[in-house]
Amino acid sequence: MSAPAEKARPVSAPAEKATPVSASEEKATTPYARDHRVRERPLRIGPASWTVRPRSAAVALVLLAATALLTALGMRIGDIPMSLAQVVGAVVGDGPDHFVVMELRLPRALTGVLVGAALALAGAVTQAVARNPLASPDVLGVTPGASVSVVAVIVATSSAAGGPGGTLATLGIPLLSLIGGLVGALAVYTLAWRGGLDGYRLVLVGIGVSAVFTNVKYWLLTIGDVNDSGRAMVWISGSLNGRGWEHVVPVAIGLAVLVPPALLGARSLDALRFGDDTVTGLGVRSNLVRSLMVLAAVLLASVATAAAGPIAFVALAAPQVALRLTGAARPPLVVSALTGAALTVAADLVARTAFSPVELPVGVVTAVLGAPYLIYLLIRARRKARS
Amino acid sequence: MRLRAVDVKLGYGDRVIVDGLDLGIEAGTVTTIIGPNGCGKSTLLRALGRLLKPSGGEVLLDGKRIDRMPTREVAKILGVLPQAPTAPEGLTVADLVARGRHPHQTWYRQWSSGDESAVNEALSMTGLLDLGERPLDELSGGQRQRAWISMALAQGTDLLLLDEPTTFLDLAHQIEVLELVRRLHSELGRTVVMVLHDLNLAARYTDHLVAMRGGEVVAAGPPGDVLTEGLLAEVFDLAAKVIEDPVTGTPLVVPVGPLPPPARRD
Repeated sequence: MSAPAEKARPVSAPAEKATPVSASEEKATTPYARDHRVRERPLRIGPASWTVRPRSAAVALVLLAATALLTALGMRIGDIPMSLAQVVGAVVGDGPDHFVVMELRLPRALTGVLVGAALALAGAVTQAVARNPLASPDVLGVTPGASVSVVAVIVATSSAAGGPGGTLATLGIPLLSLIGGLVGALAVYTLAWRGGLDGYRLVLVGIGVSAVFTNVKYWLLTIGDVNDSGRAMVWISGSLNGRGWEHVVPVAIGLAVLVPPALLGARSLDALRFGDDTVTGLGVRSNLVRSLMVLAAVLLASVATAAAGPIAFVALAAPQVALRLTGAARPPLVVSALTGAALTVAADLVARTAFSPVELPVGVVTAVLGAPYLIYLLIRARRKARS
Repeated sequence: MRLRAVDVKLGYGDRVIVDGLDLGIEAGTVTTIIGPNGCGKSTLLRALGRLLKPSGGEVLLDGKRIDRMPTREVAKILGVLPQAPTAPEGLTVADLVARGRHPHQTWYRQWSSGDESAVNEALSMTGLLDLGERPLDELSGGQRQRAWISMALAQGTDLLLLDEPTTFLDLAHQIEVLELVRRLHSELGRTVVMVLHDLNLAARYTDHLVAMRGGEVVAAGPPGDVLTEGLLAEVFDLAAKVIEDPVTGTPLVVPVGPLPPPARRD
């Protein structure tokens, strides 16, 4: 897909393209050459050329199908239960169900898909830049910054003081979250920059800043009115409840604008896996690439958080799951995004059915699933460090 | 003159290591920089390879200021092998070498047949064709260093800067790497600049020897002119006999013992 530096690379010319290079005969017979071709194939059209990993392509297709199926399953649930056929019928048909599905259920489901994809993509980029599987937009200051600002305003405009107006509820909170997320990221970036951007330092500073934001958030929750804190809690755990087209559109625009540059940067992300001198020697402006990629991750995570609140662990886990599914060398961007979408939609389905008729916020489920996964990653990292 | 340092001032932070140094690299030569630890030879090499920006003076590549050229364009002319480079864990030799094609690739041209043949030629030049699929961490030190040199080769630059390519290698592997460097020069016509510690090997594999001390060039020229007993005392505080290498006829340094620093010598 987009990652040229994955585990294997075809070193031999495929038979039909045998070039008149003297070395090409002997290499076609070397044993590793055949393995290479299975794992990664060159795709050449005229002067253009890419490498395609059949395994990544297959994983992507399966994830795409799984996401579509899970989305449709999720859309069955609601005040009027529907069958899968009815959902599909309502999307294409024109009955009374059409409004319910198109205006209420589809936007909610799409918000989940897009938010999951955006968070996962942000996570994949962050992990690649930081060269650390534990990095995520939380570490970049986005989600803590967003949480603090939203909680602060909900508590400040407490119900005792008349409560937040209608504008605050619909437009204000996403906007606040967006601004809070960007400010949080700016704080981390500024503190982490020291004549250049180092992945390790970024993670350390990010963890520190997150801790400060998180504690301010808890403090605000304790001094706030109980009802306000309750409402704030729903938002900060990340929820897809009541999400409409007004939430879908900004995330869709964000993805449309940010995915192409992120994919263009994928080659440079591969190069960044090497030491700084090697990277510069290869003609990559490492600080520029790191900064731009971090910016893309911050924007993606901010837009996603603005739409659905800080849904936990998707950004952290999806890239690592995608990494293992594809066997790639670093978190693959496209497959990570698809994994994030499938994961979020699946979590939402669980959140709505597990304790039916009570619906949990989706973030509660992702957190419950994510916590053991995080522990697993930590144990694995420790084992590796010891061996 | 392919590469020139003009009155460069180099250092890290406030620490100045090299001040007002001039050095020129002629096309088609193998130049080796020698000198005691901390004399600024690696710093100089990093500046020549635009890995370190001079705080004064300038580095010229083919007459143009290297810091004003797009770094990607520089990467098509000049390849750098840093000291003790690190690769991501589990990376295969073929992957590493393929990475050398980076400056020639764009988003729509990521793996052309030209890339493929450059990688294959580099692997066959360094004798690693059969090890392409092996992870780098499973190779011997000498093979690993050859793999890194292959990457620089695949980059297709006619200038190569090698920072201590033989460090941590046993003598046989040092010879193996330096024989490769010699072939890059004689068969492919590459211009090579490297930093070496072993004076005898430097004398064997070099056209132009540059001896540095305290951030300054003390002597430069053919090994026979530079490696003298007087220079060894001046640059390394070393009393030594210089005899003729019975194999190659180049100077052979036989150490006698340390000398006190020049300040305490009369």
